[in-house]
Amino acid sequence: MPRPHGGRLINKLTRASLIDIRIEEAAKLPTISVDNELRIDLENIAVGLYSPLNGPLTKNDFDSVVSNGRLSGDIPWTIPIVLDVSEKVSESLMEGDTVAISCDGEPFAVLSVEEKYSWDKEAYCQKIYKTTDSEHPGVQKTQIMNPVLVGGEIELFKETPGVFPQYRLRPDETRFLFKEKGWRTVAGFQTRNAPHIGHEYVQKTALSFVDGLFINPLIGKKKVGDFTDIVIIESYEAMIKNYFLKNAAILVTLEMEMRYAGPKEAIHHAIVRKNYGCSHFIVGRDHAGVGSYYGPFEAQEIFDDYPDLGIAPIFFRNFFHCNKCGGPQNDKICPHGDEDRENYKGRVMRQLLSEGKYPDPTQMRPEVTEAILRHKHPFVE
Amino acid sequence: MGEEKVSVMISKELVEKVEEKIAGTSITSVEEYIELLLENEFPEETEYTAEEEELIRERLRRLGYIE
Repeated sequence: MPRPHGGRLINKLTRASLIDIRIEEAAKLPTISVDNELRIDLENIAVGLYSPLNGPLTKNDFDSVVSNGRLSGDIPWTIPIVLDVSEKVSESLMEGDTVAISCDGEPFAVLSVEEKYSWDKEAYCQKIYKTTDSEHPGVQKTQIMNPVLVGGEIELFKETPGVFPQYRLRPDETRFLFKEKGWRTVAGFQTRNAPHIGHEYVQKTALSFVDGLFINPLIGKKKVGDFTDIVIIESYEAMIKNYFLKNAAILVTLEMEMRYAGPKEAIHHAIVRKNYGCSHFIVGRDHAGVGSYYGPFEAQEIFDDYPDLGIAPIFFRNFFHCNKCGGPQNDKICPHGDEDRENYKGRVMRQLLSEGKYPDPTQMRPEVTEAILRHKHPFVE
Repeated sequence: MGEEKVSVMISKELVEKVEEKIAGTSITSVEEYIELLLENEFPEETEYTAEEEELIRERLRRLGYIE
């Protein structure tokens, strides 16, 4: 199991015995309001998923992450985690202040303000998203963010239970769990979809040479037409129950916003899985991409720039059902041509499912289909 | 890992390859790179206090991750 990123797991959670005191103190402090996505980011910092960060980025780290894809201490880090505030709020903040952070009117953390600084959104988008096109969802979000960023250290005294509390584990818990299971090597699999046969094939191929599989669906804001979170969970439950050996795979949810930053986000996703304790991370074609902003394998190629990442990527290129081989294959092992290959077409499967029909069993397990069709509205509307 | 260091001989060719690989990264020496690889191979165990261990074990049991 790799060490946490940066050497140790960060823990910025208030000790249980101090929670009531912090709630009382926070009620008397000036407050910064944040949305749910930012709250989740701050929770991820507090529980150590974003180790070695101990709060939203300060200027040196921000500049270094944007320019070099590394924190100022040279540790790999590609997605800036920032707290943005309006000019008006910024004027009321002094460096050295302690402020409360609230979401929906409820304070949940305190921040020791280390510094506040302005940022160049266009340069940021170009570096992080490789585009300034306002059609890109990450660029869109950046454009409406506030003009001032506040960096410092946080302490979190109220954690949300999570959308699926039964599947939400902290990294110290997953590390303990891997140890309990005797898993020295673990492959992390990121997903935003219900599994088709191609996904299962990739997971099992990885599992053939590691001790355990860590299936880690991203839960949170999604695009219209995506599978709903509950459908993703229940379809994975069906797949694991029916098609995996007992104790070979575990399902844990990750609440985190998708940025669609392609290659940069692939590195971020790998770091988070390293903090969970994974030794390997599966990276497919166009990982974390959107539209045609990134090359199909850019999210794999970027790993060449990070030999010091501390988690090994497992790359998959194209996988498909081959009629001649009689099962799922990939382009490294199947000698047959396009005429024998049928790609796993998520869009076609979604269309069939939306009509209440079963995709072909060579494309999706019937048990998985059943789990999806149990829901009247399996897609985000 | 302990602080006492010992020397290990590896081929010059490999050293040159490592130097090329780590150029421009946070790793400042071949020794550091090799230590990083080996630490991942033989990691230090995360230490939990007895109380933390019991809390985590109980939660994982309750959630059905362990029996």
